[in-house]
Amino acid sequence: MFEKPLGMRDTLPALYRCKQRIKNILNDEIGKWGYDFMATPALEYEETIGKVSAIVDHHLFRLLDKEGRTVVLRPDMTAPIARVAASSLKEQPLPLRLAYTAALFRTQQFEGGRPAEFEQTGVELIGDATAHADAEVIALMVSLLKMSGLKNVKVVIGHTGFVNAFLADIADSADDESALRWFLYKKNDVGFREHVYSLNMTDENKQRLFMFIDSRREHNENTLAKIKTLLPSSHGRVIYQYLSQLYLLLENHGVSGCIDLDLTLVSHLDYYTGVVFQGYGGSKGFAISSGGRYDELLAKFNRPLPATGFGLRLDRLIEALGNCQGNDSINKTVVIYSEANQEKAFKYAEELRKQGQSVVLQAQAGLEDAEAFVKHFSSAVDFSL
Amino acid sequence: MAQELTVAMPKGRIFQDAAKLLRQAGIQLPADFENSRKLIISAENCSMKFILAKPVDVPTYVEYGGADIGIAGKDVLMEAESDVYEVLDLGISACHLAVAGLPDAAKRSSAYKVATKYPKTAARYFREQGEQVEVITLNGSIELAPLIGLADCIVDIVSTGRTLKENGLVEKEKISDITSRLIVNPVSYRLKKADIDQLIGKLTEVVKENLNGMDQKSGVEVLK
Repeated sequence: MFEKPLGMRDTLPALYRCKQRIKNILNDEIGKWGYDFMATPALEYEETIGKVSAIVDHHLFRLLDKEGRTVVLRPDMTAPIARVAASSLKEQPLPLRLAYTAALFRTQQFEGGRPAEFEQTGVELIGDATAHADAEVIALMVSLLKMSGLKNVKVVIGHTGFVNAFLADIADSADDESALRWFLYKKNDVGFREHVYSLNMTDENKQRLFMFIDSRREHNENTLAKIKTLLPSSHGRVIYQYLSQLYLLLENHGVSGCIDLDLTLVSHLDYYTGVVFQGYGGSKGFAISSGGRYDELLAKFNRPLPATGFGLRLDRLIEALGNCQGNDSINKTVVIYSEANQEKAFKYAEELRKQGQSVVLQAQAGLEDAEAFVKHFSSAVDFSL
Repeated sequence: MAQELTVAMPKGRIFQDAAKLLRQAGIQLPADFENSRKLIISAENCSMKFILAKPVDVPTYVEYGGADIGIAGKDVLMEAESDVYEVLDLGISACHLAVAGLPDAAKRSSAYKVATKYPKTAARYFREQGEQVEVITLNGSIELAPLIGLADCIVDIVSTGRTLKENGLVEKEKISDITSRLIVNPVSYRLKKADIDQLIGKLTEVVKENLNGMDQKSGVEVLK
């Protein structure tokens, strides 16, 4: 076999058809919500995109261009779109509603090959700081997951601003804060609890931290109510009001049934400043989509603007949908012709194609095993006699 | 319970303790659960399915969704670094991870060799001590390595210390305490939340009771 670089995959015809069908569904729906699709280059300068993108450094593919400057294969689309929104689209009235479907590149250290190149569809809503914008992108994400045919759609919502304010309010030092955040990020509740026990703080604060880590197991209404208890400061009240409003908006969007509020959710991307969310579905696998509010990213391109959005990984969606490749076989007719009948055969094929059918024209002279070849078609017409 | 939960159980050392804990939590396991040779065992009356896996494989089954939930030793979790929720310290099968070697072994030199089943954990430990060591991965009978001069010391789990003693080795440094943990697949946790939270709740109660009933002096054998 001819080896491919680590994490690089071929898309064979059956999977390609399946992917294409799903992409069409998603892109149609995004278009119906009024988002404009756009594309950016696969290569960007490291100093513009590599540095602001939230993907950790060692996941970047780096190359040198002809002048010897370091370029990276884009690891995400949010940073390139922010770059465009801050420059080429500067004159457009706000808010901007932009969308993309693009291949992203992240190196993989583990063998066994998780993909290092994968397609993602996403949207960015730039210039609207309200909960309405967050509710819109979450509702759109739910709609996409449902329209793809996914069963069991669930969206988990957390709030980076809350976690930061809460930990800062309790922890004595930045070290304690980042240690606790690390355990949240590693999904290690046991480590979190053990670390709390080891900290030198009042029992009351320890109880707050335990209440926080246990809040994941509460119903949404209780989780919301907990915010005020956990963080009684004015900042806590602002976040409470914001999340309550968001929840009401999601109810009115008709998607609150698949929402799970989880205050302990921490995203692996560190440019998020407010709400963060992840989409799940199917029966197993990995998180399919993720997003959140990033109000500080655009400022890095000298155009401070609030923004929110999400990305949906097509490979993971297709995996979660199960074996969808079988449903995507297409009806094709094969017309086999001899030299003598070629004119008749071409006319016949043209007629069928005009009617919208897929037709393969195959000269009999070019076939070694006609019987085996014909098996792959839904019908065969013989012009060889 | 509405949806069936798949639970990955570690065969061997932890299995008995884990089965006992599940029974305490009110899960009706089949009578021959501990003695069966089947790899998949159903407990239909509580809509749970158990898969019996090699302990080091439990995090893998759970990470990739082959099982929703698993019971795994902290030693295995530290080594695997899987993307799973570690939700509960079950307090069972307590032991600790330690550095051990011959009593008269020479001081650490630049070519110090460490034999272990836990290469990542061992390398991380010595790196944190600011020492560079050569880690040799073995899959069993680690105690052999210093005896025949393959390595200067070993990193392994120690429960009673008997194996070390019988082979003339002594414990030199304790790395960390080990107990078994309840781990959950991140997607399952979201999709079967009600059922999984219910199970976590029950097990949390049982663990608390066991801790309270535990003899203060011998904090180790929680359930015996």
